[in-house]
Amino acid sequence: MLWVDKYRPKTLDKVLVHEDIAQNLKKLVTEQDCPHLLFYGPSGSGKKTLIMALLRQIFGPGADKVKVENKAWRVDAGSRAIDVELTTVSSTHHVELNPSDAGFQDRYVVQEIIKEMAKNRPIDVKGRKGFKVLVLNEVDKLSREAQHSLRRTMEKYSASCRLILCCNSSSKVSEAIRSRCLNMRINAPTEGEIMKVLEFIGKKESLQLPPGFADRIAHQSNRSLRRAILLFETCRVQQYPFTSNQAIPPMDWEEYVSEIASSIFKEQSPKRLFEVRGKLYELLVNCIPPEIILKRLLYELLKKLDSELKHEISHWAAYYEHRLRLGQKAIFHLEAFVAKFMSIYKGFLIETFG
Amino acid sequence: MTPVLPSSQQWVEKYRPKQVKDVAHQEEVVRVLTNTLETTNCPHMLFYGPPGTGKTTTALAIAHQLYGPGLYKSRVLELNASDDRGINVVRTKIKNFAAVAVGTAHQGGYPCPPYKIIILDEADSMTEDAQASVLVLRNALRRTMETYSKVTRFFFICNYISRIIEPLASRCAKFRFKPLTEEIMTSRILYICNEEGLNLDSEALSTLSSISQGDLRRAITYLQGAARLFGSSITSKDLISVSGVIPDDVVQALFIACRSGDFDMADKEVKNVIAEGYPASQMLNHLYDVVVESDDIPDDQKARICKKFGEADKCLADGADEYLQLLDVASNITRALDNMPQEFPFGS
Repeated sequence: MLWVDKYRPKTLDKVLVHEDIAQNLKKLVTEQDCPHLLFYGPSGSGKKTLIMALLRQIFGPGADKVKVENKAWRVDAGSRAIDVELTTVSSTHHVELNPSDAGFQDRYVVQEIIKEMAKNRPIDVKGRKGFKVLVLNEVDKLSREAQHSLRRTMEKYSASCRLILCCNSSSKVSEAIRSRCLNMRINAPTEGEIMKVLEFIGKKESLQLPPGFADRIAHQSNRSLRRAILLFETCRVQQYPFTSNQAIPPMDWEEYVSEIASSIFKEQSPKRLFEVRGKLYELLVNCIPPEIILKRLLYELLKKLDSELKHEISHWAAYYEHRLRLGQKAIFHLEAFVAKFMSIYKGFLIETFG
Repeated sequence: MTPVLPSSQQWVEKYRPKQVKDVAHQEEVVRVLTNTLETTNCPHMLFYGPPGTGKTTTALAIAHQLYGPGLYKSRVLELNASDDRGINVVRTKIKNFAAVAVGTAHQGGYPCPPYKIIILDEADSMTEDAQASVLVLRNALRRTMETYSKVTRFFFICNYISRIIEPLASRCAKFRFKPLTEEIMTSRILYICNEEGLNLDSEALSTLSSISQGDLRRAITYLQGAARLFGSSITSKDLISVSGVIPDDVVQALFIACRSGDFDMADKEVKNVIAEGYPASQMLNHLYDVVVESDDIPDDQKARICKKFGEADKCLADGADEYLQLLDVASNITRALDNMPQEFPFGS
């Protein structure tokens, strides 16, 4: 088992980062009064971990027994019927799904599944009616209509189910939904907290950590705990015992982007642009999201750039990333950004060095 | 082991005024509707105004007061934006509803006027076509169904009156709902605190009214959230953490970094904001307040920065990356404050 899963805290009491939030959550559910919840924060900050621990706190070990299902719904939408298929992860007490996977039909999924859950309400041994929990991921990617219909459904069926919403950015979740949930901001753990976790894992695995080693991993992880643990495990596989100057391998795609950056710096010509295009394609076919490539490329470029150019380049990065969202084909916009950069950089070189 | 469902209710629902006269701060509409209660004479209504000012509350309250619990179901139709509201749905639902005849039976001392009420909540999110079809329907109802139901009264509720088509708006009595003043907010909140046994100091109280910006529903939701998380004594810090408002020092840190004129410092601060999980759109709002209210920025610089805010907001609404947009905004603020030229030197 990967360390990321092995050392994922199972209960709210064992959480190492966000202890205060975990305690608040615990208080919340032990008072038997669980409102709808909205978790938001950057990836790798522990949203899912907290949600799973919370479910376990509410339902006990039953929440662990999950099955993955491919569910199909036939939704009656006025004059026609729509078929929607979606993968869900469910236990007897909760259902987890990613409604935005259904594309523009997401609103039907949201309505249908909540109605279905409301219909078969669990009843406990004493015959009292309980509630189920629906975990919705990536609510920020839901369409406006889906968010609208979610809002109504939330009120209508609030007696029989509780929603836990999870997203990266709360600004894309409509105000109406936010105001109906208890908002939980999960910030990325600080480097200090990441170090604490790494040392904890090191101790459990009885590893010797040279001084400064955890520090360097934490620094390279960009405040993502998941990444830090993955890096840590990679290092362990590569070389043990650790040496204090052991290289921490960057992700291979990051290395690739940094190669692209340096090749752009070396030469600015149509020929080089053509080569870069090939490399960008390579990244895209390996399923690296285009906006992440662009962000990383900007990061690499900014590192070596004169300060007077930084403003300009960051502006164009924002500009082309926006275009990329609106457009269809990512490679055009990535390439346009590279071409723009080359033109600016060449102009700058001619200006300064003649 | 299945936990028992708590009987607890949303406070927003629990403390919703049940009678028209309890609606705070909207004197004109209250006066008109009290009159309605006496004479049972009621025009079509159009309520508009910012969220949380009592529009839906007023409409529901008058409907309840007119018909009482017995007849309410058969006489009042509520249609919400979240219900499917294409043209067809609007037509069939309203038609079916209006086709059932109303009796003249008076029940339990309620006025029970001989018409039905259709409440269309969030009317501005209806398509223009759907709005037009309501209009056509209204006329059709008057002509064909007069024998059954004298007339049907519509209550339209919306945030922006400009999104309601003119022929519809001109047939209604229009009422603007004002944002609540601070005194009314505080008195209402204090009342709820009393009922729920909460302890709120004056600082928390003023924080609550400032972060909710005249929206009573939001204020009550925050209050309930804070009460659930932190128990009965609530400080202003608790309220801020529940509401998701960005604390002032975070905004100031970013602004100071922009002021320093150093791109890398601004970049670091932006990264920090994103890692802390603060939403970029809200950060823009706060930065906007800081920039507009600051006394030592000349007007032309303010204008330049605000232009960028507008652009970035549009990009964010389109789903652009938060980090890149915020970085662009920060870099623009830096350049504006340093009076760097608006045009880039090398990009042609």
